[in-house]
Amino acid sequence: MKAMADLLWLIPALPFAGALLLVLFGNRISRGLVTAIGTGSVGVSAAITLLLGIEYLSSQPAYYHQEVWNWFSVAGFNPSIAFHLDALSMVFIFVITFVGFLIHIYSTEYMAEDADYSRFFACMNLFVGSMLVLVMADNLLLLYLGWEGVGLCSYLLIGFWYKEPANGYAARKAFIITRVGDTAMAIGLFMLFQAFGTLHIQTISTEAVQLWDTGAQMAVIIAFLLLGGAVGKSGQLPLQTWLPDAMAGPTPVSALIHAATMVTAGVYLIARMHVIFELAPVAMMAVAAIGAVTLLIAGFAALTQYDLKRVLAYSTISQIGYMFLALGVGAWSAGVFHFMIHAFFKALLFLCAGAIILALHHEQDMRKMGGLRTSMPVVFWTFLIGAASLAAFPLVSAGFYSKDQILWLQLAGENGSVWLYAAGLLGAFVTSIYTFRMVFITFYGEAKTHVGHQPTMAIKVPLIILGVLSLLGGFIELPHNFGHVVLFSDFLSPILPAVSVVPGFDQYEWMLQVLAAVVSLGGIYIAYLFYLSKPELLASIHRSNTAMAVHRFWHSGWGFDKLYDTLLVRPYVFLANVNKRDVIDGFYTGLARVAEGFHMMLSDTQSGVLRNYVAGIVVGAIMILTISIFL
Amino acid sequence: MILVWLIVILMAGGLLAWLAQRWHRASPRWIALGSVLATLGTTVYLWLAMPSATLGASPWLLQYDLPWIPQWGVSFSLALDGLSLLMLLLTFFLGLVAILISWKEIKNKVGFFHFNLLWVLAGITGVFLTMDLFLFYFFWEVMLIPMYFMIGIWGHENRNYAAYKFFIFTQASGLLMLLAILGLYFIHGSQTGTYTFNYFALLNTALAPEAALLLMFGFLAAFLVKLPVVPFHSWLPDAHSEAPTAGSVILAGLLLKTGAYGLLRFVLPLFPTAAVEFAPWAMLLGVIGIIYGAILAFSQTDLKRLVAYTSVSHMGFVILGVFAFNELALQGVVMQMITHGLSTGALFILAGFLYERLHTRDIRLMGGFWSKAPKMGVVALVFVMASLGLPGLGNFIAEFLTLVGSWQANNVLTIFATIGLVMATAYSLRIMQKVFYEPAAVEQPELPDLTSREMLIAAPMIAGILWLGLYPQPVLDLAKPSVQEQLQSFVPSVENKTIVGRQTAFTTTTTDTVYFQITKGITYERK
Repeated sequence: MKAMADLLWLIPALPFAGALLLVLFGNRISRGLVTAIGTGSVGVSAAITLLLGIEYLSSQPAYYHQEVWNWFSVAGFNPSIAFHLDALSMVFIFVITFVGFLIHIYSTEYMAEDADYSRFFACMNLFVGSMLVLVMADNLLLLYLGWEGVGLCSYLLIGFWYKEPANGYAARKAFIITRVGDTAMAIGLFMLFQAFGTLHIQTISTEAVQLWDTGAQMAVIIAFLLLGGAVGKSGQLPLQTWLPDAMAGPTPVSALIHAATMVTAGVYLIARMHVIFELAPVAMMAVAAIGAVTLLIAGFAALTQYDLKRVLAYSTISQIGYMFLALGVGAWSAGVFHFMIHAFFKALLFLCAGAIILALHHEQDMRKMGGLRTSMPVVFWTFLIGAASLAAFPLVSAGFYSKDQILWLQLAGENGSVWLYAAGLLGAFVTSIYTFRMVFITFYGEAKTHVGHQPTMAIKVPLIILGVLSLLGGFIELPHNFGHVVLFSDFLSPILPAVSVVPGFDQYEWMLQVLAAVVSLGGIYIAYLFYLSKPELLASIHRSNTAMAVHRFWHSGWGFDKLYDTLLVRPYVFLANVNKRDVIDGFYTGLARVAEGFHMMLSDTQSGVLRNYVAGIVVGAIMILTISIFL
Repeated sequence: MILVWLIVILMAGGLLAWLAQRWHRASPRWIALGSVLATLGTTVYLWLAMPSATLGASPWLLQYDLPWIPQWGVSFSLALDGLSLLMLLLTFFLGLVAILISWKEIKNKVGFFHFNLLWVLAGITGVFLTMDLFLFYFFWEVMLIPMYFMIGIWGHENRNYAAYKFFIFTQASGLLMLLAILGLYFIHGSQTGTYTFNYFALLNTALAPEAALLLMFGFLAAFLVKLPVVPFHSWLPDAHSEAPTAGSVILAGLLLKTGAYGLLRFVLPLFPTAAVEFAPWAMLLGVIGIIYGAILAFSQTDLKRLVAYTSVSHMGFVILGVFAFNELALQGVVMQMITHGLSTGALFILAGFLYERLHTRDIRLMGGFWSKAPKMGVVALVFVMASLGLPGLGNFIAEFLTLVGSWQANNVLTIFATIGLVMATAYSLRIMQKVFYEPAAVEQPELPDLTSREMLIAAPMIAGILWLGLYPQPVLDLAKPSVQEQLQSFVPSVENKTIVGRQTAFTTTTTDTVYFQITKGITYERK
C-alpha cells in the first residue's frame, strides 16, 4: 500500500492550511466554521496518522520517506522539504496529533467567550503544523524550521491576551531565552555541515560513526551545542526560567505547548541525534547531570507555589528532567516512553486545571480553591488519575511504569550511577508530595470560591480519554519481572539502541521497585499529614524564619530570574539606553563643530574695521620679514 | 540596447513627470507608474526569456558598448548578468512600491518629486549595469543628488540636517573612490599603453601589493559608507528617519545594496590579494556592525530610527559574508540584499502608514494597535519575524547561508555574528510589543486599518518574502554564475586559463555586440 505513505505530507500540511485559512478569513466567517477548520484540520491529521500507524505496524517498513520539494541547493548544500517517518517520529506525531486534537476540542469550550476565537485557533494550528514538521523533518535545517516555528507560536500564544503587559513580557522572555539555545544549536548545525557537507539526519547518523571515534573533540562540541538547543526548548537548567512564566497563556496552550509537546522537542532532538551523543560520553554525562539537577530544583520549586498552573509548570520542568536523565544514561526508549506517558497525564492535569480556572472565574491561586471534590466530580476523578500518574502511584498508574524504568536503569544501566539514582529517587519523593499537596488543597477542605461554569462535554470527553490513557498507557511496557511487556521498546528498537544492563543485577530489581513504591506512597502520606490531617505541622513551618527563607528562595525558582536580570538583562538595557544617541555620531558632530569653529574665527576677522585690517597687514609683513631674515 | 532603454525610460519619464505637472496635477504619478511598470515588465521579460542554459556558459546575458569619450578610454558600456538582473528586479519592484506609497503621502511639488524618484532609480539602474568605471562613478553621483532633494524637500522635521549629512558622507567617500578609479586607470594605462576605464580590461591589471591595498581602500571607502559599516554608519539613521516613506524605502532597499554590489563586483575581482589581506578586519567590522546596530536598535523610540539601526545590523551580515570568499556565504549575501530590501522596505512602509494616521513616529505614543488594525498587525508580524530571521521567510535563508559560509572562514567571528540573532529577537519583538500589543500610555485617536491600496502594496511583499523563504532556488540559480565569477580568483581552479572565446547566446537586437570574454589570469589560492 504505497498510497497511504503518499499522504505523509498532508499530516503537517493540513494544520498549516487551517492556520492560513483562519488568518485570511478568520474574521469574516462564523464561529462554527472556525471551529470546523481549526479542530477539523488537526482531526484529519490525527486520522491519517492513525491509518499510517496501523499500516506501519502491519507492514513494518524501516521508515516512510517523502520529498515534497527541494528547498534550495547551493554549493552542495541542498536540504529538501522532505519528511522521514520512522518509529521515533511515529510516537511523536501520534502524541502531537491526538493530544493536539483533544486539546483543540477542549478549547472550543474554553475559548468560547473569547473575542479572538479565530486568532487562537490559527495560532494553535500553526503550532501543530510546525511541531509536526519538527519531528518529521529528514534534515536538520527543516527541523530547525519547525523548531523556530513552534517558538513563534509559543510566543504568540503566551502573549495571546496581549493587553496585559506582563503577558507580553512572558512571551518575549520565552522567545528570547529559547533563542539563546537555538543560537547554540545553529552553531552546531554549521559544524555538522562543515564535517559532513549535509544536514541530512540519516546520512549524518551513518557517517558519524565512521568519521569520529568515541570522544572525538568535534563530536563532543557538536553534542554540547545541540544540547544547548535542547535545554532552551525543554526548559532545563540553565535556560529553564521562561517556562513558569509561559503559563500566562490560555490553559489549553499550557497543556499542549508547554507540557505535552513543544517542551519535549529537546528530548526528541537528543534522541534523534543519539549517534552523535553516543560518540560524546562527556555530553551524555552532562545530559544526565542537567536532568538530575533540574528535576530536583524544579521539584522543590513546585513545592512552594500557590498558583495551580505554576505548580504544574515546575512539575513539567522536573519531569522533562527525568527524560533527560534517561537519555543521559543511554536509556533512549525509556526517555521517549516517559515523554509519551507524561504527555498524557500532564495534558490531563493542565486541562483539569483549566476546567477549574474557568469554573472559578479565572482564579488560579490554590489558596482560594478548595472543596471542589464534590462540586466538580469528573474533574476531581480525572485530576486524581493524572496526579497518581505524576506521583508514580504504584501498579495502577502509567507514570509508575515509565518512571520506574528510568530509575531502574540509573542503577542497572551501564552508564548509570548511584548519584543519579539517588537524585531521581529524591525527586520522586518530592514529586508525590507536591502533587498531592495540589490535590488536597484544591479538592478537599471547604469551598472558598463559588463554582460558576460547569464543564460540558467538550471539556469532559477529552479529560476522560486522557484519564484512560494515563491509567492504561503504562501497560504497553512492563518490567521483565512483572509481566514483561516490551511492546514500546520493541517498537523503537530499530531506531534507538537498547541500553546495556549490568549483568547479574536483575535479581535486585524488585527491591528497587518496592523502594520506588514506598517513596511515592510516603510522599502522598506526608502531603496528607501536612495539608489535610494535621495543618498545625504546616503552621509550625510558617513560624520558622529559616524555613520561610528557604520557602521564598524556592518560590522564586531558586533566584535564577534575579540572577539573569542582574547579570544580563539590566546591563544590556543600560548599555542600550546609555548609548541611545550613538557615541560614534558624536565624533562626526564634533568634526562638524570644529569646522564651524574655524569658520566663526575666520569670519570674525571680516569685521570691516579698517584699522584691524591695517594692523593685520603690518603684523603679517613683520612676520614674513622675520621669517625670511632668520631662514 | 534594452539595457540603455531601461535607463532612458526612467530618465525621460522623470523629465516628463516634472513637465506634466503643469497640465494636470495627478499626471506625474501616472507617468512615473507607467515608466516603472515598463522597466519592471522588461526585466521580468528578460528574466523569464533567459534560457537557463545560457547562464551556465557565461555569466553575461546582455552587453552593450558605445564609445563615449574615446580619447580618455571612456565608453558607455553596460552589461547584464544574473546578479545585476536580480538587483534590477528588486530596484523596479521597490520603485513601484515607492510610487504607490507616495500616491497619497506626497502633496506638494508632485512633479519634481517623481522626477527625483525616477532619477534615483535611473542612477541605481546604471550602477547595477555599467561596466565602465568612469560611467560607474557618474551613476554613483546621479543616485546621490535626487536623493538629497528627496530628503531635503519632502522629509520630516529635521530634514535639512539629515540631507546635508547624507550628502557629505556619500560625496566625501565617493571622491575617495574617484581617486582610486583614477589611480587604477593610470596604473593600467602605464603598464599596457591603453588608457581605459573598461572593467574587463582593468581586471587584468597587475598591481603591487601596497598599491592594491591603497586603491582597494579608495573603493571600500565608498562602499562601506554606503553599506553602511560601523563606524561609518551615522548618516544612515538620520537620513532614513527624516526621509519621506518612499525615500526610506529606496535608501534601505536599494541604495545600501549598491554598496554591497560594489563590494561583490569591484572589490573582490579587482583586488583579490588585498581583499584576502583585509578580510579578517572586514569580517570584524561586520560583526561589530551586527552587534552595535542591534544594541542601538533596541533603545530607539523613533520607529523609523529603530528600523534604520536594524539595517546597520543586517548589513553587517553582508560584509561578513563577502569577505568569507565562498559560494555559500556569497549566495547568502545576494539573498540578504534582496530579502533585506523587502523586509526593511516593508517595515519603513508600515512606519509610513502609521505616520500618515498618527503624525508621529514615536513608539511611546503608540500601543494596542492589534485590536484596532488587525491587518496591519499581521503584516507587521510577518516582517518583524523576517527581520529576526524566522525560518520559512527569506531572511533566514540569507542569514543561514551567510553564517554557514562564514563559519568555514572564521569560527570565532561567526559565533559572535550568530549571537546577533538573539539581539535581533530582542529589538524585533520590542516593535510588536510597543506598537501592537501593549496598550498605549496616552489616549489614541482612531486608527483605521489598512486600505485596499495599502494591502495591494503589502500583500505582494509578504508573498515575496515567503516565496524567498520556501523556494529561493530561482534566485540562487540566477546569481550562481555571477557569484562563481566573482570568486574565480579565490578558489584554486583547475580550469584551463587560456583565452577562451565565448559568445553570449542571448542577442535580442543586432546592435548588441558579441563579446569575447577573457578569463582572468590571476589565480589566488587561499591557505
